[in-house]
Amino acid sequence: MIQHLTSLPILLPMLAGVVLLLPPCGKSLPIRRIASVVFSAITLIASLALMAKVTSSGAQVYAIGNWSAPFGIVLVADPLSVLLVSLTSFLGMACALYACAGDDGKGAFFHPLLQFLLLGVNGAFLTGDMFNLFVFFEVLLIASYALLMHGGDKHNTRAALQYVIMNLVGSAVFLIALGTLYGVLGTLNMADMANKVTTLQGDDIYLAKIGGLLLLVVFALKGALLPLHLWLPNTYATAMPVVAALFAIMTKVGVYSMMRVYTLVFGEHAGELSLMAQNWLWWLAIATIFVGSIGVLASQDLRKLTANLVIVSVGTLVALVAVQSIQASAAAIYYLVHSTLVSAALFLLADLIARQRGKVSDRITAGRPVAQPLLLGGGFLIAAITVIGMPPLSGFVAKIWLLRATYETDQAIVFWPVYLLASLAVLLSLSKTGSTLFWHNTTAKTADAAEQNQVHPAQYCALAMLLIASPVMVIFAGPLTEYTLMTATELHNFANNLSVVLEGAQ
Amino acid sequence: MELLYASCVGLLVTCGVFLILRARTFPVVLGLTMLSYAVNLFLFSSGRLALNKAAVLGYSNEYADPLPQALVLTAIVIGFAMTAFVVILAIRGRADLGNDHVNGQETVKNNKKGKA
Repeated sequence: MIQHLTSLPILLPMLAGVVLLLPPCGKSLPIRRIASVVFSAITLIASLALMAKVTSSGAQVYAIGNWSAPFGIVLVADPLSVLLVSLTSFLGMACALYACAGDDGKGAFFHPLLQFLLLGVNGAFLTGDMFNLFVFFEVLLIASYALLMHGGDKHNTRAALQYVIMNLVGSAVFLIALGTLYGVLGTLNMADMANKVTTLQGDDIYLAKIGGLLLLVVFALKGALLPLHLWLPNTYATAMPVVAALFAIMTKVGVYSMMRVYTLVFGEHAGELSLMAQNWLWWLAIATIFVGSIGVLASQDLRKLTANLVIVSVGTLVALVAVQSIQASAAAIYYLVHSTLVSAALFLLADLIARQRGKVSDRITAGRPVAQPLLLGGGFLIAAITVIGMPPLSGFVAKIWLLRATYETDQAIVFWPVYLLASLAVLLSLSKTGSTLFWHNTTAKTADAAEQNQVHPAQYCALAMLLIASPVMVIFAGPLTEYTLMTATELHNFANNLSVVLEGAQ
Repeated sequence: MELLYASCVGLLVTCGVFLILRARTFPVVLGLTMLSYAVNLFLFSSGRLALNKAAVLGYSNEYADPLPQALVLTAIVIGFAMTAFVVILAIRGRADLGNDHVNGQETVKNNKKGKA
């Protein structure tokens, strides 16, 4: 059992998805809800157990069907992937819990789809094979298409259509890139690719470069990097907020793939191809932060604002990936966890606020006061402070760290002004949003008791889980930073990555 | 053979890209299908083109690379499912939005024509 632990974060959501479709879960909504939350909790426990095992005894390699690398497909559980798998499982559990308050009844199959999405995301984080990464991308995409349409209306269909077409083209480009790379390198195992890239000669170098840069296009599309970010604000703002909260992890899958491919395969050891994407990534990331912050300033409602915040966070992460130092990667990993949780929390808050404000919904204009100003206002304050990066919450730690990590390089002269101005834009925009939503009221009285839409206990628990993560990440900042530093060191440890995967396969 | 093969892939990609850039969903779906055909052919060729080589041991002296064939099979299955989904979505879009434009609205030019 214990040697199969690595595969559990993938197998458990798959099992859950199937079980949730069968009777008795398929018939009755209450049973399905309980089963979904319980399965998510079990997945979370399995992920945490895997994390504990990886921390104590190093990276785990699981050869599927016992075909050892580079011939078979391997799952690689190193500190980075395990951390992200745990984050995904945690987010999945919070969203499953939140949806139990009634969102899952608006369409069919919410919970099975959620589990399939978790299957895809966990698989993408754990796999050590490029083609397998493609397959898991498709699994998470098809679940996300259906979730996007869940309980939707007209606007939803339009956004979904564009999203699906964009991603289908992205998949085609992904396959072309993989075909090119396989034709040149003769392997699709990431560690083996990294090994073969160093020995390329002649024209093959340029072919591999084409393949690698086509991959960059795909990951930029998934991660919503400029100029391929235009699908994101509409998609996230029209999806149901709980779905949008779940999607907060999906852009991070793109960023994670960039980290893997451009640090391991085309990293500093790749001979002539070393660090080939760095310049592209760096300038695109800076432009993404800039455009994202303009989007934040221009947003008319809270959900769109949060979607633009996601774009800013993607820009920041990719900039840190482009720096390619251990410190920067460690800061990026800490920032990734923090920004995923807080943007999910903001999407959920937007939903709760919209329900209590009646017709004006979450638009940033004066309207009816919310029925539970203390709870929602308090939640918004915590989330806003976290996302702006003000002390004392986790955003501040992340911000200081990533500023320090870039200070040591000469790129600081570009990164600091852009990033700090973006923070200022976020600060301005969120303070205006907060004061308008909670203080500028057209009438003094709240809605009738029947229409108040008091926060359901399940929603309250889910929101609290996500919000409490921020102070917890500050209280345990010591161990967490040690862990992310260890993670980043492993990520950059080229020889070790290769030997673990290619020789250490059990 | 290489020339024929490469020009086929190129032609399919050209048609696919042209059709994807159209404004209505039906040509876009056709374009996606063509693009996925082109991709499948391309993936297949990544194992090098060869005649009279078996992919199974014990049937010939030289062997073709079996992996691209497996990759193409996976890509075909996934592409098929995705195309089915996008067709259904396009039909639903036609019903929900009242027209078959990818943007969900008639262009300004068409509106003017409609009024005249």
